Amino acid sequence: MWNKRKEEEYPPKSPAAPAAPTSQIKENATMSTNPAPSHHATESRGPAIIGKSVMIKGQIFSREDLTIDGEIDGSVELHEHRLTVGPNGKLQAGVKAREVVVLGTIHGNVEASDKIDIRKDAKLVGDIKTARIVIEDGAYFKGSIDIVRPEAARTPAPSQQKQQSTPAAASSTSPTPATAAAGDSRS
Amino acid sequence: MLKDRLRSEPSSHSLHSPPKKSGPQPQNRASNGLDQFFASLQDQESLSILDFSGASQANISFITSMGHRIYSNDALRTMEEAFGSGGDFIANQSDPERAALFLRENLEFADRTFDGALIWDTLQFLAPPLLQDTVDRLYRILRPQSSLLAFFHAEEKAQTAPLYSYRIVESKIMSLTPRNQVRPVQYFNNRSLEKLFQKFHSVKFFLTRDHLREVIVRR
Repeated sequence: MWNKRKEEEYPPKSPAAPAAPTSQIKENATMSTNPAPSHHATESRGPAIIGKSVMIKGQIFSREDLTIDGEIDGSVELHEHRLTVGPNGKLQAGVKAREVVVLGTIHGNVEASDKIDIRKDAKLVGDIKTARIVIEDGAYFKGSIDIVRPEAARTPAPSQQKQQSTPAAASSTSPTPATAAAGDSRS
Repeated sequence: MLKDRLRSEPSSHSLHSPPKKSGPQPQNRASNGLDQFFASLQDQESLSILDFSGASQANISFITSMGHRIYSNDALRTMEEAFGSGGDFIANQSDPERAALFLRENLEFADRTFDGALIWDTLQFLAPPLLQDTVDRLYRILRPQSSLLAFFHAEEKAQTAPLYSYRIVESKIMSLTPRNQVRPVQYFNNRSLEKLFQKFHSVKFFLTRDHLREVIVRR
């Protein structure tokens, strides 16, 4: 179910649990990528990957960065880490992470404590809570966006706080005066 | 897609005519309607604003920087999905299932209500029965004292009107990127707009030099 590299590094805790030899749907499963004691240093490898032929139903908790290119139906939580939804990734799931990068599809609410990045051709239907958001032209998004200000302790000045929450400002050029007349009517 | 279909089918029933050959060039223009809309939100925070122009970095950044929450929806895309396949775009709006799909996708929010709505020029592409249903739904989801901004092309004899993507540059300046040329479903004058929004508290018009009637409607 997980990629081969991952299976090698994190063998199942229960000896009774068989390693999934091929991709399959697992109902109501709770999966975790908590880094158990390992012979290998976590920093020496890339993020965990759920491949495009994998479907998972259930909850995913991770304490490392995770890339999902398969299908998930449930929930995904990586509180202090980055979730990347690859171009083939399809999530029918609530998502909580420090940073979320979307290249595929998410149907569900997303909470990203730091930033969400919705790339061109991505699709996200759901409500977003985040400190910063970047949406590329061509991305499809339907839902609400709630910018959560960083905690006061982290940001000394309110003006800085505001700038942090609005990473991209549209460039402006000189306007073309267009208004010629105005009228008012009450019904 | 609707645009492709209409490009290849420029009959009297088609809404769109072939687009210009040159690439779309965004242009900035001042908007008293937009200015009035944001003035109505002044000194308030944590408001909920509905934006029908689809998700854009400019609109999201501008509105959230004011401390408000934005709800993005691409109404034109939903329109294409609901009415653009098979048959005539305008006639398809009379199909109850298609109309229900359009209303469900754009204006069904459970318990959610809004303090303002940027509708842009969406309404002028809706045929009368669906148009009134849409305005009635907007009335229901908008809170009292809230404002709605809508645009209607005001050139009565025009065969086509430009279809734009609207992006907010400043509180009184918006960027318009042409998407296509379209045939308006009907011509709206002040009287017909007053009638359309008769449930609302007030309607304020700004007629511009480029034949765009900007309308601020107060709930």
